[in-house]
Amino acid sequence: MTSELDIFVGNTTLIDEDVYRLWLDGYSVSDAVALRVRSGILEQTGATAAVLQSDTMDHYRTFQMLERLLHAPPKLLHQLIFQIPPSRQALLIERYYAFDEAFVREVLGKKLSKGTKKDLDDISTKTGITLKSCRRQFDNFKRVFKVVEEMRGSLVDNIQQHFLLSDRLARDYAAIVFFANNRFETGKKKLQYLSFGDFAFCAELMIQNWTLGAVGEAPTDPDPQADDMDMDLDKEFLQDLKELKVLVADKDLLDLHKSLVCTALRGKLGVFSEMEANFKNLSRGLVNVAAKLTHNKDVRDLFVDLVEKFVEPCRSDHWPLNDVRLFLNQYSASVHSLDGFRHQALWDRYMGTLRGCLLRLCHD
Amino acid sequence: MPGKLKVKIVAGRHLPVMDRASDLTDAFVEVKFGNTTFKTDVYLKSLNPQWNSEWFKFEVDDEDLQDEPLQITVLDHDTYSANDAIGKVYIDIDPLLYSEAATVISGWFPIYDTIHGIRGEINVVVKVDLFNDLNRFRQSSCGVKFFCTTSIPKCYRAVIIHGFVEELVVNEDPEYQWIDRIRTPRASNEARQRLISLMSGELQRKIGLKVLEMRGNAVVGYLQCFDLEGESGLVVRAIGTACTLDKLSSPAAFLPACNSPSKEMKEIPFNEDPNPNTHSSGPSTPLKNQTYSFSPSKSYSRQSSSSDTDLSLTPKTGMGSGSAGKEGGPFKALLRQQTQSALEQRGGSPHKFCRRREFPFFTLTAFPPGFLVHVGGVVSARSVKLLDRIHNPAFVGIMGNTRSYKLLDWNSFNSDEPETRDAWWAEIRQEIKSHAKALGCHAVVGYSESTSICEEVCILSASGTAAVLNPRFLQDGTVEGCLEQRLEENLPAGCGFCHIPYDELNMPFPAHLTYCYNCRKQKVPDVLFTTIDLPMDAAVIGKGCLIQARLCRLKKKAQAEANATAISNLLPFMEYEVHTQLMNKLKLKGMNALFGLRIQISVGENMLMGLASATGVYLAALPTPGGIQIAGKTPNDGSYEQHISHMQKKINDTIAKNKELYEINPPEISEEIIGSPIPEPRQRSRLLRSQSESSDEVTELDLSHGKKDAFVLEIDDTDAMEDVHSLLTDVPPPSGFYSCNTEIMPGINNWTSEIQMFTSVRVIRLSSLNLTNQALNKNFNDLCENLLKSLYFKLRSMIPCCLCHVNFTVSLPEDELIQVTVTAVAITFDKNQALQTTKTHAEKSLQRASTDNEELLQFPLELCSDSLPSHPFPPAKAVTVEKASPVGEGNFRNRSSPPCANSTVGVVKMTPLSFIPGAKITKYLGIINMFFIRETTSLREEGGVSGFLHAFIAEVFAMVRAHVAALGGNAVVSYIMKQCVFMENPNKNQAQCLINVSGDAVVFVRESELEVVSTQQPAANCQPSCTGGEVTT
Repeated sequence: MTSELDIFVGNTTLIDEDVYRLWLDGYSVSDAVALRVRSGILEQTGATAAVLQSDTMDHYRTFQMLERLLHAPPKLLHQLIFQIPPSRQALLIERYYAFDEAFVREVLGKKLSKGTKKDLDDISTKTGITLKSCRRQFDNFKRVFKVVEEMRGSLVDNIQQHFLLSDRLARDYAAIVFFANNRFETGKKKLQYLSFGDFAFCAELMIQNWTLGAVGEAPTDPDPQADDMDMDLDKEFLQDLKELKVLVADKDLLDLHKSLVCTALRGKLGVFSEMEANFKNLSRGLVNVAAKLTHNKDVRDLFVDLVEKFVEPCRSDHWPLNDVRLFLNQYSASVHSLDGFRHQALWDRYMGTLRGCLLRLCHD
Repeated sequence: MPGKLKVKIVAGRHLPVMDRASDLTDAFVEVKFGNTTFKTDVYLKSLNPQWNSEWFKFEVDDEDLQDEPLQITVLDHDTYSANDAIGKVYIDIDPLLYSEAATVISGWFPIYDTIHGIRGEINVVVKVDLFNDLNRFRQSSCGVKFFCTTSIPKCYRAVIIHGFVEELVVNEDPEYQWIDRIRTPRASNEARQRLISLMSGELQRKIGLKVLEMRGNAVVGYLQCFDLEGESGLVVRAIGTACTLDKLSSPAAFLPACNSPSKEMKEIPFNEDPNPNTHSSGPSTPLKNQTYSFSPSKSYSRQSSSSDTDLSLTPKTGMGSGSAGKEGGPFKALLRQQTQSALEQRGGSPHKFCRRREFPFFTLTAFPPGFLVHVGGVVSARSVKLLDRIHNPAFVGIMGNTRSYKLLDWNSFNSDEPETRDAWWAEIRQEIKSHAKALGCHAVVGYSESTSICEEVCILSASGTAAVLNPRFLQDGTVEGCLEQRLEENLPAGCGFCHIPYDELNMPFPAHLTYCYNCRKQKVPDVLFTTIDLPMDAAVIGKGCLIQARLCRLKKKAQAEANATAISNLLPFMEYEVHTQLMNKLKLKGMNALFGLRIQISVGENMLMGLASATGVYLAALPTPGGIQIAGKTPNDGSYEQHISHMQKKINDTIAKNKELYEINPPEISEEIIGSPIPEPRQRSRLLRSQSESSDEVTELDLSHGKKDAFVLEIDDTDAMEDVHSLLTDVPPPSGFYSCNTEIMPGINNWTSEIQMFTSVRVIRLSSLNLTNQALNKNFNDLCENLLKSLYFKLRSMIPCCLCHVNFTVSLPEDELIQVTVTAVAITFDKNQALQTTKTHAEKSLQRASTDNEELLQFPLELCSDSLPSHPFPPAKAVTVEKASPVGEGNFRNRSSPPCANSTVGVVKMTPLSFIPGAKITKYLGIINMFFIRETTSLREEGGVSGFLHAFIAEVFAMVRAHVAALGGNAVVSYIMKQCVFMENPNKNQAQCLINVSGDAVVFVRESELEVVSTQQPAANCQPSCTGGEVTT
């Protein structure tokens, strides 16, 4: 006796959260059944393995049918085939677009191309995430990227509108899209200590301040036609950043800047002497990073540079985080007192964001 | 031109990409009704076209309005080649034809293609302007309401229940027409869908005519089925119960209505002349007013020798003469059938009921209080027929001409064909009627008919429950349901229906009678089998449970007559065994009555399958069932003896366990009170059935078990051992689960609003090697048990919960395949309250029943099914609307969202029950009766057979929901999947499935949303129905 056909269709589509997770994690039906057996469900319910097999198959089939709709979440809301309560629809979408930290760290900043997709086997082996799950996550990144790529308006809003994600997840996707678009290098060994959250934090700051979208002063900009794309860095701004070079190129200015900072921080910093000794190096590092951003290559290496030029020196001198904060605050603010420096607004736009990023990047 | 149909095509969405180059579609829509077609403009390059068409107007007569579906086809415009069809929507406009139902159909409909399934949606608005036509010769029956619900629909009051209506229409199956060889599968499927839709409409119209002729205005318990007879054609048949219904507008209006009969009531409901000729036969409609000729060449007549097999098995009870002496009075029915047997003239019911109609049958399973007086038992009849090929060279199925599908054209060439089928059914009904009469009953309630077809052999089955109905409701010329005429005062509460309707000295079969344990005045049988729902006033102890008997019998492959003979010979044995199994299982549960009994016998190439489902209960009025005794054949063998006693112990333990599980603890009653047992105490069964192949050959099978005081199982061979084992293998549902196949589980009354309707299908392939009856039985048993286990597991998040209306259907699609389809609804109930009630349940049930009756006597609303303020459930107290569970629909329903047909997808509930827990049905919008075919030539790509069928059933649900939503409804009640025919050919990577579903589209309002005023009705008014609702409504 073999079961040829075995189905269960409810008027309200049954969604088993545990099985959904197993499916999303890319387990085969038999693996999923084995995992469920191990969870002790048979003992709890008195069911047999055959029942579990049939149940798992059924759920997997439902998920496969839903997957097509999940690729365009608004379709899931308007479709008529599966009657699913809104709260469950939200859960389905949210979980489908959720991703593994380990996976996203591998592909963050990479081009979402076929080439990267071919490397998914390696990523799967490296991270222990099933290839199927890697593919889903990769395809999700790519799908979101493709949809919002050419869109105007806020990146997060666009993602939320087209994929009905929670605010948190939409922000994460905005970061992923932003990184993929600007191809920031995140895979270098010295960046390994950084989490996705660190990068996402930086991405958000950069989107808010450094992109074309950030130029439209107020969020209630009445002109929606304004070229306010959130994905690309403001090229003009990057060009202008060259002007900051004067801060380190002009010896007087540099000295003045240093003395201003040192005066303000004397006695307040545990690592004052180290700071004083390193000030010129640090300042040079930060300003040079800004000046180099006109080249795509250097944009990609932004995080590598920041870590090399700032985070690592601080770390080697064991700066406490609070000292870093005090220093960066003072370092940015003191520029306002430099009479010879004309690019205050530019500096603020640059340093305001960078300060936030650096603070986030400074940890072990 | 008495009607103008107006259609507007608004927009489409989610259309499939038809042009690969642009990834877009140039869609336009064809709107077709009858022979008229309109087209919208082509909306270029969009998957979400906005046509916003003008109003397309069709001027048609109302006959066409009833028969024809509105056909909407979405196409992709192609400049250089033929336009590609995207899919179709068929809209049944019948609900727009009667005043109280929907006024407009408007909403998003899934665009359906028989090959690709649902491909996007289309927004359509449909309206009908009807002009009054007083032509008395009209062929239409607009205005007659149809209900699938097998009880008087909520928010209606039955003024008169007229009785049985039936009709069938026959046509050639397009799948078997010559043209099918040259057309595409899609065209063939669409032709079939369209034909069945057309035939359904025609059938409904004809039934409507019969109802009008009976001066009724509604059909309740409407059951329409189609028989795919293959080469010999396609039969669509329907049965129902004609009623005159009054809409209950307000609680105040309905009480006086009972008092003062309307003018309508004065008209004789059943005129003495049931001659169908009174409905005028127009030129276009074939009316079956001809004398039926039973052409022996058409119906297969069984050899008399084979019927002797029956006789040798069971002594034939003298049906014809058994009660003739008692029943006086000439029975002067003018039956339209000329082949009236002697039975008719001899008979004559004590209640002068039968004279009114040919068949005093009622498809209802639940009745207004007081309607049902006594229940006799289950009556059933089966007949094996050979289907003949239709030879009609004159008929040419011209594709373009829609009228060619019409029965009338075709019928002129085959005038005798529907009559043959009609005659077959008439025979069966005749038998049912005579069985009922033998049980001293003048009516049959809970009546249903079914068929099972395999190649050219067809088993026709009918069954029902013989009953005595309250004569006062049905007397000629008198006012039905008049207030002053009360129920027989001595009719005791909650047990009256159990009292035997037949004469105890002249019993049609041996029976063990005792005095009623409830009133101790009347005699009751020891076991009662019925096909109806548990009457709402019945006194029940404990809870009920689903009881199934499952059986397979191998059969040699044979052709034609030999095959039919073989089947005929097997049937009595199957019936006997099914019945024995039911009886054993019932006893094992410690219960004494079965409700909702449905015995299905399916025929396959090389086997017969029997599946009986029923809900077992313990009726307080009937005696406590005796245990099961096991007797060995070889008493000398010591170890054997030990084994037997071990088995006996196991059985006794099971019975005790079940009694505890189902809370069966009847009060002790001493023998003296009950009185001495009636002479000749014998086990008996109330299942009376027969097989016959022609009307004059009536045989009975006595399913009693001889003169055995207790129920003794003799274990004389391995077979018997298997039987006992199989008795014990049925595992009870896990704790927190209950199941029944009736509307409501006795003993549970605190339902929440969380419901989940589902369909589950399983097909197993039997290993063809050394198949024995035992192995088959085991396979079949396992299949059903595993299916149930799976359901319990899947629905575990709804615990505590009850599976209601569990409906199993079994079919044998191929040689070694068994298909089981289950549709049911899971309802969560409130556990805390359940515990409370069960503690004092024994007393309460008795108490409740008596209160019920008292109320009933004060306000004998005999024919009022339900008053407006009544709620099937006590308002709000147990209803946890927002109960957060992953499964239910209750937690996300927008509480105040009116069911509207805008772009947001509203929730549509579906349930096989006639009500929605925790809610009140405020409006019936018309019946949903849909037929779909789905075919694939890429089975593997669609996920194999499971993926294919899973998607199809989900699509069917979606289309039903969309139609209900478009009618302005938010639920389907009395939903039933009448057919699910699945065929596969994995080698060719092909599969096909046909599904037929029906139900009543309704608007319901959550009880919690109802005004407080309406829930606080005068106690006396509200009470009966409230308490009644605890059991069933």
